[in-house]
Amino acid sequence: MRRSRRVRALTALALGAVLALAGCGAGGRPDPGSGGGAASGGSTVGITADSVKVGSHFPLTGVAAPGYSEIPTGTKAYFDWVNAHGGVNGRKIDYVFRDDAYNPTQTSQVVNELVLQDQVFAILGGLGTPTHGAVLDFLGAEGVPDLFVSSGSLLWDQPRKYPTTFGWQPDYEIEAKILADHVATTFPQARVGLFLQNDDVGEDAERGIRRYLDKQIVSVQRYTPGNTDIGPQMSALQAANADLVIGFNVPSYTALTQLQGLKLNYRPQWVYSNIGADPVLVGSLLGRFSQGQVTDAALLDGMITDEYLPRADNPSDAWTAQFDAIWKAHGDGGALTNFRIFGMSQGYAFVQALLAAGPNPTREGLVQAIEKGGTRFAGPWAAPYRFTADKHSGISGAKVVRVTGDSTTALGPVRVTDNGDAPITDATNGETPVPPNGIPAAPGGT
Amino acid sequence: MAAPVRPTEQAGTASRSGREPGRWSGLAARLRPRATFARHAALALLALVVVVLVLELTGPFRNSQFATMSYYAVAAAGLTVLTGLNGQISLGHGALMAVGAYTTGLLLPADVPLLLVLVIAAGVTALVGVLVGAAAARLKGPYLAGATLAFAVALPGLAIHFDEALGGEQGLPVPSPRPPDWFADAVYFLSANETSSAKYLAYVGWLVAIVAFLLLANLTASRIGRIWKAVRDDEVAAELAGVRLSRVRVLAFAVSAACAGLAGGVLGVVVRLAAPTGFTIVLSISLLTAVVVGGLGSLLGAVLGSALLVFLPPAVTDLGASAGLTDVQAAQLAPFVYGAVLILVILLAPGGVVGTVRARWHARTTAPAGAPEERTGRS
Amino acid sequence: MLQFVNTLLTGLGQGAVYAAFALALVLIWRATRVVNFAQGAMAAFTTYLALLVVESTGSWWVGLLTALAAGLVLGAGVERVVVRRVGPHNELGAVIVTLGLFVALQALAAILFGAQFRSFPAPAGLEGFALGSVTIALTPSMLITVGAVAVVLLGLVALFRFTDVGLRMRASAFDGEVARLLGVPVGRMLTLGWALAALVGSLAGVLIAGGSLVWPAYMDTVIVNGFVAAVLGGLDSPGGAVVGGLAMGVILALVTGYVGSDLVPLAALAVLVAVLLVRPQGLFARTAARRV
Repeated sequence: MRRSRRVRALTALALGAVLALAGCGAGGRPDPGSGGGAASGGSTVGITADSVKVGSHFPLTGVAAPGYSEIPTGTKAYFDWVNAHGGVNGRKIDYVFRDDAYNPTQTSQVVNELVLQDQVFAILGGLGTPTHGAVLDFLGAEGVPDLFVSSGSLLWDQPRKYPTTFGWQPDYEIEAKILADHVATTFPQARVGLFLQNDDVGEDAERGIRRYLDKQIVSVQRYTPGNTDIGPQMSALQAANADLVIGFNVPSYTALTQLQGLKLNYRPQWVYSNIGADPVLVGSLLGRFSQGQVTDAALLDGMITDEYLPRADNPSDAWTAQFDAIWKAHGDGGALTNFRIFGMSQGYAFVQALLAAGPNPTREGLVQAIEKGGTRFAGPWAAPYRFTADKHSGISGAKVVRVTGDSTTALGPVRVTDNGDAPITDATNGETPVPPNGIPAAPGGT
Repeated sequence: MAAPVRPTEQAGTASRSGREPGRWSGLAARLRPRATFARHAALALLALVVVVLVLELTGPFRNSQFATMSYYAVAAAGLTVLTGLNGQISLGHGALMAVGAYTTGLLLPADVPLLLVLVIAAGVTALVGVLVGAAAARLKGPYLAGATLAFAVALPGLAIHFDEALGGEQGLPVPSPRPPDWFADAVYFLSANETSSAKYLAYVGWLVAIVAFLLLANLTASRIGRIWKAVRDDEVAAELAGVRLSRVRVLAFAVSAACAGLAGGVLGVVVRLAAPTGFTIVLSISLLTAVVVGGLGSLLGAVLGSALLVFLPPAVTDLGASAGLTDVQAAQLAPFVYGAVLILVILLAPGGVVGTVRARWHARTTAPAGAPEERTGRS
Repeated sequence: MLQFVNTLLTGLGQGAVYAAFALALVLIWRATRVVNFAQGAMAAFTTYLALLVVESTGSWWVGLLTALAAGLVLGAGVERVVVRRVGPHNELGAVIVTLGLFVALQALAAILFGAQFRSFPAPAGLEGFALGSVTIALTPSMLITVGAVAVVLLGLVALFRFTDVGLRMRASAFDGEVARLLGVPVGRMLTLGWALAALVGSLAGVLIAGGSLVWPAYMDTVIVNGFVAAVLGGLDSPGGAVVGGLAMGVILALVTGYVGSDLVPLAALAVLVAVLLVRPQGLFARTAARRV
């Protein structure tokens, strides 16, 4: 039969291939100890005498792309600027960012590609809690510095488990603590409502808020990103007579809460977290509605929020002016937004860390330099990092501000704190002056 | 990998019954089962060798891509059996993969062995598949598509609602298994290569895939597979012949769901996380793209289609970037190409890659001689 | 009490949009026995065009007309270029092709118009009417939305009931061969059906965008909820689609307000499963025996 002959041929082919493969194999393991050819100084993957390769993952497509996809364009512009000014210790920064569509499966694929194929030296500013959470194990196992994750989750601070991962922005818990403390002292009689994104943002924030406002909270409402119908939640807040609402939500939902408030004639004192309170973005969203009905960001007037980075709408700030110049020189022609300033500030922090790692950085050296000197890194951010060998949390504080017209007014000094029941205190560091060209200088002595 | 479908089968077209005329059909029917199964086993062995060769000869990044491809292939195989052989469409396979991934994420930390976990993941998902299949058994075409779409959109909400047990939005971490020593030794014995984590996962994925494909190939070549096709082609005739339509449909859905669950389990250990954002409707549509482009009903097509899912997006994005699009625009190019390819394949080559190639090859080889045996040709 | 009323009103406003979307699905279903999964992406595309016009002319109404005209052209084009070539009895192929259109159009919109959030002006005021001291969640814009849906519904009923064209369209969909024998230009009727459906879909797109945000995927939730609404109404009945849409809007608003917004998609699935199991012909279909 032809068919059985074919089967036999296939089997023979398969067996032959196995034997051939075994023939070229080793047949057994040599003594241990002879492996590992890397220089004792540490890994120099992705770094040469004149270049250093940095990778990242962001949602450039899909539901999370609006807004977040601007962050890497800011980082890229900043690195282009640095490269145009001679690079870092003569090394040009080669920045590669890939799309993960805010999908952890794709994050794992693109980070594999960045680390194994593109051979990046470090990952910088990877965005999102579920997305970046999927690659922590891998980056830790590969020993890739995983710097300044773009998310306020508490996951990034696990130095024992993930020795190379560092957070960046104030985590949602301490941000919530600082805002709630302000509310508790300034509005002790307020009936407080919470409007929370139903993920770790809302969860961590609620924990922080309840430390100071547990007794004042009258209603907690949550929304699911993507579902823009928030009328029922707003009706519930109104029904509970909440006269002050703290929102931990993304900017589009700030706009939606304002519109819905208009509809219900519900005007509580609004307190938004930093991620949700982008007056430029929210104002431009609200500004175009309903010809003449909502003419500018007037709805946002009086709203309270917190700041830890310079704002795009404040050109009198020296940092904003510097970033504006950088964006004009290397941007893609769009407007300078807070998202882009966020990306540029991360770029600044990376350059600073790289300089701290010395003239010949290794992956291990970079991590050690951040653990050793991280609390003294100064830049556009309002409060110092909490980086030590035992703690990998990012910026330690923020200042509470009120939105007035096109700008913001500080309601007090920068406040700093830490997770859990750490007290909130005034920051002791002053504002950091902008270095020449907006490029950090190599740190002086230790 | 074997694809025991007839060469002229095309997406959703009406039946061409009675295509095995004369004395050949009787002979083939008598000889087919044993010879077919033996052929499948031999092909599986060959596939194993190919997998070993490919994984040992490529670097860690390709290894990780092949790991990804392995679970897409298993899920696509399940879908192609359901859609291509039984005529039921499903936009819910992404959600079924989530069931498998979450099952894996819940069981692996409890020190259940990986293979057992994967089997349980397949079993649990098959049960869910029975439920979905039972609800879907009365639905056809667009109704079924819409209902499974609603299922795919709804299911991830459960993980957010029960965040205590399922990790909520940030997901359920899945511990990534380390390669056992004997396995690393065996690989070293063969190729003198160390076994990286990516390579081990790729081996696990492809071993699972080969077993799944072997089972599926035999199932579809068996009596059950023929009944499925009969139901797809003419349900009235099948019903008249004594086939219980709803039971057959539910079984097909369960088998297909088991594959999705298995694939989801492998996805869980490869990605090391099961999170709601990993199982959006985009995943379901990607799987559908894979089976349509590869060739509906063909297991080989499922493999080709899953290769497309893994290797096409980076290629398209690079192409877009080099053509002068911004990075953000270039990233959008991949979904655009997916959609366009889906339309073009249905319009121009409804048999997909496998169907089209096979039809061409068939036309050339049978035109002069017309030996019916050739129709079971290479796949 | 006020909370309940306002939740109900919000639901009705949202429901009017689902109704418009469901109407578009029903139209295509009646014309070609296809469920158009690309409806949402097509509507998003025409809404972006409308937004460009609104931003340059400052008139919401000119924007609306642009969207409707663009929808008419897009619908006809899609039927002529793509759907027709799938063939009449290829249910699976039709579903897959519309899914392909959905993915491709959404990506194209992101490439052409950007992936950012943009605000879409409202046709009229966004402040709720005041009844004495309380303000209810009913705005002038919502009234326009509801009015537009009512006009479209009446127009469609009149078209199918009282005009020759409507009769021909129904005949073409019911049995193309017989209709052709009777001298009905079946092909043209199918194109017309798609064009009208896309027009109604574009209306839904502009209505849901008005006074809210648009981004390439903003119609995604409407696709599922609109489909469930259409099935609830029977997929065949314009009146049923409207009632189904309003019912979905109210049900989902109540779930959001009193159970939790993360369970909204699950509630939509539950409604769908309940309808398909208990009354698969929908609440309003006249023919009882229909294979689904």
